[in-house]
Amino acid sequence: MMMPKITRCPATVLVAALTVVLAVALGGCSSDVEYTAHDIKGVMPNLAFTLTNEQGETVTADDYNGQLKVLFFGYTNCPDICPATMARIRAALGGLEPKQRKAIDVLFVSVDPKRDTPDKIARFTASFGPRFAGLTGSQEQLKTLSRRYRTTYGYGEPNDNGFYLVSHSSAIFVFDAQGRARLLVNQNESVDELTQDLKKLLANIR
Amino acid sequence: MLTEIARWATPWEPIPWLITIFAVVAAFYIHGLARRRRARDIVPAFAFLVGLASMYIVMQTHVDYYAQYMFFIHRAQHLILHHLGPFLIALSMPTAVLAAGAPGWLNAGMQWLADLPPVVWLYRVVQHPVIGALLFVGLIAFWLTPSIHFTAMLSARDYWLMNLSMAVDGLLFWWFMLDARRPGATPTTYSIGLRILVLWAVMPPQIAMGAYIALAPDTVYDVYAVCGRAFPISPIVDQQLGGLITWIPAAMMSVVATLILLRFGFAHERQRTRQTNHTPSTDQSP
Repeated sequence: MMMPKITRCPATVLVAALTVVLAVALGGCSSDVEYTAHDIKGVMPNLAFTLTNEQGETVTADDYNGQLKVLFFGYTNCPDICPATMARIRAALGGLEPKQRKAIDVLFVSVDPKRDTPDKIARFTASFGPRFAGLTGSQEQLKTLSRRYRTTYGYGEPNDNGFYLVSHSSAIFVFDAQGRARLLVNQNESVDELTQDLKKLLANIR
Repeated sequence: MLTEIARWATPWEPIPWLITIFAVVAAFYIHGLARRRRARDIVPAFAFLVGLASMYIVMQTHVDYYAQYMFFIHRAQHLILHHLGPFLIALSMPTAVLAAGAPGWLNAGMQWLADLPPVVWLYRVVQHPVIGALLFVGLIAFWLTPSIHFTAMLSARDYWLMNLSMAVDGLLFWWFMLDARRPGATPTTYSIGLRILVLWAVMPPQIAMGAYIALAPDTVYDVYAVCGRAFPISPIVDQQLGGLITWIPAAMMSVVATLILLRFGFAHERQRTRQTNHTPSTDQSP
């Protein structure tokens, strides 16, 4: 006779408990400093890669130790999003003090090594300023790096001129001086907001 | 060719315990089929194995890579995990075959577990028609909330929490729906009419969510741009396809299930008339 009561009453408790469990599981990360960008501290692994720089030399993430790193995946033939993002980063850096600017390296990782030789990448990054460094690598090296940050890239069909599109991550990843993943900036964030985020991050690490 | 097959068969993110569960269940089922040797097991076996294989394929092969980096493939993955795979598994009513194939100690252990009061209690709660329907629709809505979807696609832990919660809820829901036993046979075997009501109640919210996504003029889920897509495709086309998959096939499953339930209802009816026709004749004979 007690059965119907047992089935009905704790139902709401269970639904509430499930909601709480899911909310805790998902909302676990919070920090004292508020950024406009997504705070990915502890969510994503430390920066690690082996790639080729603009001089054709092999470099690793450790070579950029001590600097705040702003990383972006793209390709130099990119018609829209890469030049626009690079220009946004340049504008955001423009809002910083020269000393703050010097503490930042912008790493442009080309995921189109077939067309993007170190030379070609060097010409592309040079147009954005001295803080911009271009990197690329073998498919294996690039896949390892992009996969580490749960991103990917892919190639479209070439047209008659051999031109093809490349799909890639549109996010800017920011790593601190020790290579820890800190921020994920998406396309909606304004230049001012990015400048403020970088300032806060630089002040926060010191 | 072989390397291509190997590439597709390799899980993008291998989860050893999940692969083990699939392998053990498949092994017990096939062993059970071999021991029972019944012709009427063949059609359900087909449904069961297709359902099991489809759920495995979308989680532990290269298909998962595309599901992580294309919204519409992610929606198709969830259609299989939450609707199609569990639907086929529940329809095959595999308990008897699995029990015939599993070792005795495991069957005894499962029986003991299923008889534990907290398990009985919890099962009745989640299989309550209103709670079952709320969980079924609520879980889709929860993981499709843009901010939650964003985190789920970026964090490996949340991604698997999402997929596995969909799979478990799908199994619970369709198990409840496609119970062929006579209503009242167990405390969770509800009447055909009530079950059809639930099936139709979960349809409008799914249609609304699918339509909202398919018809949205802007990007609702920017995480696929953030992470990059598996191949270049217009973000809006990706989103429209994903919306259509959430909208049409998902809702159609309710219609298909309704037809199956009506068939169950007719079968129960026939059985009952046969029984009542038999009773007087046996009464008169002595």
